[in-house]
Amino acid sequence: MKCSEFLQELTNYLDGVLDARTKAELEDHLSWCHNCYVVCDTTKKTIEIYRDSQLYELPEDLRTRLRTAIVSKCQGKKKAGPEHA
Amino acid sequence: MGTIQPKIGEPPVSEELQLVNAAKEGDVGAFEQLVKRYDRNVFRIAQHITQNREDAEDVVQDAFLKAYGNLKQFQGQSKFYTWLVRIAVNEALMKLRRRRPERMISLDEDVKTEEDSLPREVADWSPNPEQQYSQAELRDILTRTIQGLPPSFRTVFVLRDVEGLSTEETAEALELSIPAVKSRLLRARLQLRDRLSRYFQRHNGNNKSKTGSGDGNQ
Repeated sequence: MKCSEFLQELTNYLDGVLDARTKAELEDHLSWCHNCYVVCDTTKKTIEIYRDSQLYELPEDLRTRLRTAIVSKCQGKKKAGPEHA
Repeated sequence: MGTIQPKIGEPPVSEELQLVNAAKEGDVGAFEQLVKRYDRNVFRIAQHITQNREDAEDVVQDAFLKAYGNLKQFQGQSKFYTWLVRIAVNEALMKLRRRRPERMISLDEDVKTEEDSLPREVADWSPNPEQQYSQAELRDILTRTIQGLPPSFRTVFVLRDVEGLSTEETAEALELSIPAVKSRLLRARLQLRDRLSRYFQRHNGNNKSKTGSGDGNQ
């Protein structure tokens, strides 16, 4: 397996959706290609860092304010009658 | 090397359908439960796409109100959340287009970038790279890095890797084919990795190579 072929399958590999044979070929490649090992490992870390980063969390006070506004407008719509598609 | 597991446990679908059906019948309390369940997700997605806090707040309101107004059109073939995300992404893209009318912004664009070739930065990272920086610095790095991606890549990455939607759900929410989602996800992941390497690489110089991902095996 070439490095370019490895990269094409990287997302499927990280997502755990490869068949056993392709997975074994990828892992064989990883065992001797240091650069692809690093790319694979750091791509996985990239995903984990973003997943754990809690960028853009909705503050509780804003959350309550938004929800109150949404519910109030839904009540208004309800009184005005249902919408017809 | 292990695989990445989804972040969030999902509530039972049947219970959710009961809430949706009650909301369809005009039960605003049931709809409020759905808002509580997904408002944080919608806010994150919206802010990632619009890159603007006020726009993201508007998107949360507009997306839920649009969902409420169109609940009868939700037939239950997909999950409510996927349907809601589709509405939220469209609302967020409209905001983005309004702010940047000079640029055509479409999820259909298949952006070719200079970074689409093999990874350039193949330096290994420090064992706990995020600990090299304060929380504020790290947030700044992560925010600036993801904001540098084209909107179509950023959106796929956020839905798949931050919000934990499946490839199929992401394709449905964005009205893209599954190969298009996979292609964009790969490129988004590699571009983010490449850019984060500037901040997170080891500083002993032993592992650094800028020649591409190849060890002479081509």
